[in-house]
Amino acid sequence: MESEYAIVGGGIVGLSLAYGLLDLGKRVIIFDEGDLAFRASRGNFGLVWVQGKGLKQPAYARWSRGSAALWGDYAAELEEATGQSLALQQDGGYGYHLTDEALEQEIKDYTWLKEQLGGNYPFEALRPNELRREEPNVGTDIAGAVYHPEDGHVNSLRLFQALASEVRRKGARFVPKVTVTNVVQQPDGFQLTYGKSNHHLSQKVILSAGLGAMTLGPLLGFKAPIRPQRGQVMITEKLPKLMNRPSDTLRQVDEGGVQIGASAEEVGLDDRETPGALAKLAKDAIRVYPALANVKTVRSWSALRIMSPDGLPIYQESLTCPGAFLVTCHSGITLSAAHARLLPQWMEGQANAPDLTPFSEDRFDV
Amino acid sequence: MFRRLDEAGKKVRFTYDDQDIEAIENENLAAALLIAGKTSLRVNPVSKQPRAPYCMMGACFECLVEIDGISRQACMVQVSEGLVVNSILDIGGNEDV
Repeated sequence: MESEYAIVGGGIVGLSLAYGLLDLGKRVIIFDEGDLAFRASRGNFGLVWVQGKGLKQPAYARWSRGSAALWGDYAAELEEATGQSLALQQDGGYGYHLTDEALEQEIKDYTWLKEQLGGNYPFEALRPNELRREEPNVGTDIAGAVYHPEDGHVNSLRLFQALASEVRRKGARFVPKVTVTNVVQQPDGFQLTYGKSNHHLSQKVILSAGLGAMTLGPLLGFKAPIRPQRGQVMITEKLPKLMNRPSDTLRQVDEGGVQIGASAEEVGLDDRETPGALAKLAKDAIRVYPALANVKTVRSWSALRIMSPDGLPIYQESLTCPGAFLVTCHSGITLSAAHARLLPQWMEGQANAPDLTPFSEDRFDV
Repeated sequence: MFRRLDEAGKKVRFTYDDQDIEAIENENLAAALLIAGKTSLRVNPVSKQPRAPYCMMGACFECLVEIDGISRQACMVQVSEGLVVNSILDIGGNEDV
């Protein structure tokens, strides 16, 4: 057997899993298509985010909070190993609302979620005056914000870099710039076909291929009911400190630029940018932070979210090909800590593994 | 340090932080500022390091100046008579990032 785990997809999800499996002493190989693939790991917004997660499914709120709670220690470990700061900041974040109706609805939704979680879900509604005590540069033309103390953000490109170098240092084999075209279960393991008809035999296989799971998933008996959802983002010139905490639409990154996002468009496998969507983002951003009207954006980009029908992650071991795992989500940054620290135990069938039944593919059965 | 290759053209005057500067009409503003000895146009708001025009083609955003209250890339602006240019504005942020 050439490896114990073959990971298809070396983005942040696949690398987080590799990192955790290497900690358990596993022999790991990673196949990665490279930057020609749709790369959510390069296009994401960079939030470590709890707010908005699981508003209809408390188990997802619990899972996201669990990951956010693991993040501090996880980041410190990566920083110490690589000598690079990940610029993790976790002292709360906002969901801004432009209208009273939107804010009131949001408060109702969070109140429901808090009840479902037995009262254990911290959030606060900030009206304009309270909000401006926290964020003096916020505009006057908004209704307020929901504040969640566990929210935060990170330099996700440096996370990507740190994971990529750490998994190599810990002994993973990384095969770059190859496409895995077939995976077949044989009596002695999984045979992967990659590149120009090369083969690799592995005891287990993990599909963390983002949108690639749409085609590879069914080969291993997964439904993989995922679809792309386009998000467009832009970033401004580097600015003096304008905001203290991030929000789900605006954050000032550690290098000074203000990142503005993100659209949510159902346009298939199309990751082009459109002036209309970017103009709308800019207009809303200026309403929240009027000072942004006078600054330059230096870059815009677009990426494809990997969405399941209910927006939750899918963690599934194949029923027809045991030993094959599907791991897919649209929140690979937030969940990176949980993926590294908790999912390997599940794959290994350990007693301390988390209960992942709310995230199985069964939930899509009708 | 910098000098013009070609002095031909109509002379115009513009101001940079209230200082009167002579240039050639329609000249690249970043170039005109460099010729006038303004080799650093801004300070990086995070690192506090001085920055200078670098790419001269609209990509690096190191030559930002303020014109009419708006942040502009000097290398993408042409000099005109009476142009009022200031070093980059404080957009309301008050502390170090």
